[in-house]
Amino acid sequence: MLKIADLHVKLADEDTEILKGLSLEVPAGEVHAIMGPNGSGKSTLSYVLAGREGYEVTAGSASMNGHDLLALEAEARAAEGLFLAFQYPVEIPGVGNMIFLRTALNAQRKHRGEPEINAADFLRLVRTEAAKLKIDAEMLKRPVNVGFSGGEKKRNEILQMAILQPRFCILDETDSGLDVDAMKLVASGVNALRSPERGFLVITHYQRLLDHIQPDVVHILHDGRIIETGGPDLALKVETEGYEGIIGAAA
Amino acid sequence: MSMTATAAAAKRALAADLLSTPAPGGEAAWAGKARAAAAARLGAMGAPGRRDEYWKYTDPTPLTKGAAAHGAVGFESVAAARLGEGPAPEGVEVLPLAQALAADLGFAREIFGALEAAGQEKVARPLAALNTARATHGFAVRVTAAPAAPLHLVNDAAMAHSVIRVERDAALVLIESGAAANTCLEVDLAPGAALHHVRLQEGATAPVATHVFARLADRAQLRSFTLTADGALTRNEVVAELLGDHALAHLGGAVLAKGASTIDNTVFITHTGLHGESRQVFKNVVDDTARAVFQGKIFVRAQAQKTDGYQLSQAILLAEGATFSAKPELEIYADDVACSHGSTTGAMDEEALFYLRARGVPHAEAEALLVAAFVDEAVAEIAEETLAEAVRARVAAWMARRQE
Repeated sequence: MLKIADLHVKLADEDTEILKGLSLEVPAGEVHAIMGPNGSGKSTLSYVLAGREGYEVTAGSASMNGHDLLALEAEARAAEGLFLAFQYPVEIPGVGNMIFLRTALNAQRKHRGEPEINAADFLRLVRTEAAKLKIDAEMLKRPVNVGFSGGEKKRNEILQMAILQPRFCILDETDSGLDVDAMKLVASGVNALRSPERGFLVITHYQRLLDHIQPDVVHILHDGRIIETGGPDLALKVETEGYEGIIGAAA
Repeated sequence: MSMTATAAAAKRALAADLLSTPAPGGEAAWAGKARAAAAARLGAMGAPGRRDEYWKYTDPTPLTKGAAAHGAVGFESVAAARLGEGPAPEGVEVLPLAQALAADLGFAREIFGALEAAGQEKVARPLAALNTARATHGFAVRVTAAPAAPLHLVNDAAMAHSVIRVERDAALVLIESGAAANTCLEVDLAPGAALHHVRLQEGATAPVATHVFARLADRAQLRSFTLTADGALTRNEVVAELLGDHALAHLGGAVLAKGASTIDNTVFITHTGLHGESRQVFKNVVDDTARAVFQGKIFVRAQAQKTDGYQLSQAILLAEGATFSAKPELEIYADDVACSHGSTTGAMDEEALFYLRARGVPHAEAEALLVAAFVDEAVAEIAEETLAEAVRARVAAWMARRQE
């Protein structure tokens, strides 16, 4: 489903290479975790896949269901079903959360040649999904992420995921800034979306999120490359041995 | 002669030139006097010049040459100030300015030229004096009730001058539009009176200079919002004095400038009464090589205790050649006041733009959404929801045209 081959990426205005030949394949229906120490390139990977400007791909490829992701604008990637849950969700003063959700959903539907969702169906959809995430009506009325706590922002990301029903989801350090209760809420939101047609890439520094979102495969990212791939046990190994032991063994 | 003396002489010579068309005849003696006094004011202060501090960011030259200066010539035979659709609402008397100035109309007599003259106390506003001296079109409006329906003035004469009195506890919604090059609006608000002024300025091809002079008695409320989209050069001055206690003035503006437009909003608020509240919110969206200017002053007299003054001017620059100049000023002589101001200039928020695009919103639509949100803080100052929606639609249309 998601296929990344020998991806090399640097910052557009610097020469330092951040991703140095990253290869990865996530089949539909699977959840893969990417773990790695700070500075290993985790966030760069998520941003490059989502189409953020400021990065330059110098070699390699990334595709989703056969579509060359790197050739598409960010909005087209989203409309094709790619979703990035941001590590730092952006505050947008003046744009109401509901307007934002409806604009995004209808833009994606339009891109796919589907009609706009009618207002009643949309309201019902948002209310149902928001309730599951304990997002109240007041939060939905506020401008996007403005004045939201860290946990509220992350729940709002999962709400967007639930509304937009993407085909492939990237979660970038979704556990950061969450207490245990919030993490359980977020994880159950993600788990509810798991399906044989959908793939997930869960980027995290710590193992704890993976207690709640059980991965099929765990990759260790270090210095812009995947240095080890294994089952869920690999995450536990990180927890007990730290990254240094794994990096040392791989070197 | 020194440079300064030469410049002053040139300004006076230009003023004399601006006054070379004769004053309208056939008016009442009081009107003639008001005209002559305005001409004398202009003669003494001279025309606006490039070196004037008050014109630091906007070159007034086009305004002293074009129709704003010589409105009477050739223009008014085909165009006039007129009322928009429908009759004047109930409780609103409307007379054409020429009729008002020929009659012995008490309120017009008290206001015409008087508020403009008072507004010259701290800063010279020569184009307003010129307007009082020469404008023949416009209206005299007296409001004695609080109709829900708005009054719509269309200023299609080159020079238009209107006087408005809102009597005690009365209220009016006033819409102003039109292509006039030089307009002057004098507003006298009695105790408890309210004027809600919404002005639309769109795509004027000639340079435009406007002035609003307002005087507020106890508990009077002035809400004035102006949307300015493109055009060659627009200079809007709003001068309001909160004379009575507990008066309120909320001034808002949305500027949409592209091409080589220059749009300048200059505001001067004087707090004289106790417990006055003033608020200025101006949002500027500037593209291409256009320029937006904001000069806003809050002047608080020593007796104006408990004044609450707020001022915000912000700009989004959509192109590298676009500029925004802001000059916020506070001059406060009272010691128990709360006054604040803020001004920001920046490019489109790239983080927010990417966030929207990452959710599937196309680039152009994402930009339009962010611009609408940015401008909305000013548009929200319009209390009438239908008028606010009309302004929002114009902002959206402007952004849509930008993408073509």
